[in-house]
Amino acid sequence: MITLARSSGLTARERARRAARGGASRSVPAPLLAPALVAVAFLVLPLAGLIIRAPWGRLGSVLSGSDATQALQLSLWTASAATVISLIIGVPLAWVLARGSFPGQRLLRALVTLPLVLPPVVGGVALLLAFGRTGFLGQYLDSWFGLTIPFTPVAVVMAETFVAMPFLIITVEGALRSADQGFEEAAATLGATRMTVFRRVTVPLIAPSLGAGAILCWARALGEFGATITFAGSFPGRTETMPIAVYYALENDPDAAIALSLVLLLVSVVVLVSLRDRWVRGGSAP
Amino acid sequence: MFAASSLTGSFTKLGTQFEAAHPGVKVTFSFGASSTLATQIIAGAPADVFASASTKNMQQIVTAGDASSPSDFAKNVMEVAVPPSNPAKVTSVTDLAKSSVKVALCQPLVPCGTTAAKVFSNAKITVKPVTLEPDVKSVLAKVELGDVDAGVVYVTDVLAAGSKVKGVVIPATVDASTTYPIATISKSSQAATAQAFVAYVLSPAGQSVLTAAGFEKP
Repeated sequence: MITLARSSGLTARERARRAARGGASRSVPAPLLAPALVAVAFLVLPLAGLIIRAPWGRLGSVLSGSDATQALQLSLWTASAATVISLIIGVPLAWVLARGSFPGQRLLRALVTLPLVLPPVVGGVALLLAFGRTGFLGQYLDSWFGLTIPFTPVAVVMAETFVAMPFLIITVEGALRSADQGFEEAAATLGATRMTVFRRVTVPLIAPSLGAGAILCWARALGEFGATITFAGSFPGRTETMPIAVYYALENDPDAAIALSLVLLLVSVVVLVSLRDRWVRGGSAP
Repeated sequence: MFAASSLTGSFTKLGTQFEAAHPGVKVTFSFGASSTLATQIIAGAPADVFASASTKNMQQIVTAGDASSPSDFAKNVMEVAVPPSNPAKVTSVTDLAKSSVKVALCQPLVPCGTTAAKVFSNAKITVKPVTLEPDVKSVLAKVELGDVDAGVVYVTDVLAAGSKVKGVVIPATVDASTTYPIATISKSSQAATAQAFVAYVLSPAGQSVLTAAGFEKP
């Protein structure tokens, strides 16, 4: 952590206290302050606009009259499912990328993080071409098992996992790379098997980054629109997530769109604030 | 030029012809669901002309003061589109009510969705779609990809898709139509050119392009 405080006039104890607090300083250089304020304004003003324009008086009736509760429930559980799946299959992959050593590793990392830069709709089209009814994998699912994935909640979870998992992988891989392997080696010399080392040493060691990555993954999954609407379509109660509900409400009932947006904003803020202190302690940025 | 998605093929052609007849003029298009476009225009999007797939969406922008005196320039009727292999063996619109048939429809407030609903009420059937798409071209795309067994789109869309879909005709007794109005936008900075384009769409030359695409006279 870079401390921005001037070193003169600070005792060693004050300097140590500042470092423990995460390096926050009272004196921010002006050239950094001005752009920082612009950034804050840019991020906060649209949210303020949402809050100012909300139909506060009619909030209850607007929300109960729309697909709001269905869409919110769907969004919450699909985002959570996508995060759980990402943890189960993403963390091992992050471990392989961080600790493994094999030919093609860099290519694999690039491929795995591709959804981060790929436009979500492109991701949706790709999923459709792979798992759709006539997709190169989907056609076998359809002809052998009679299973079609598109237009089901499973498709929603798959689309959200596709776009959100790379966030978790990147975060965890970074944490694994910078973690002190001394602890793991010590455990191994004490007789722990590799899985035990992973379970009881590695995972607790990277827990803050794991948590931050999971939150990032969850938030990204919650807000996903392009891939979901392309691969899973949209049907109230089944595949219409909150972002899609907001999109459609915008044309028919702008007040409902604002109300739905507010609910989404509130849920996101509550989750981010309640978890922030526990998981995102200073120094463990993705 | 903001135009309904169903006008993609015909209006692109009209735009090219218009540019050829008026050197120096460039026509750019924004195709989408008429309801979406109407919302954008009311919110101040820079459009010079609006061609809607329903009088309702045109009325919205007239009421908001963004356009005046629209003219009807075409009519479109619905048709069922199925993938070329017709996996669900759909032979008539009433087959869509079967629970085994996966149907894609437009969102209920988009013109193609509203008109499809009229068709279903004419035919006295209830259809449960698997997905409600944002516009008619998205419905067509789902049918072309084979992810749904049928979609209710316009006659012009089936024609435009050529061999990628098969059409199942809806009998005139149950079919529903939608009228397409066109108008210049009041805030337009190119009022004269906009008027000229509207005049071209309404002219015999413009109408022949629309008829060739499968539209009916208004």
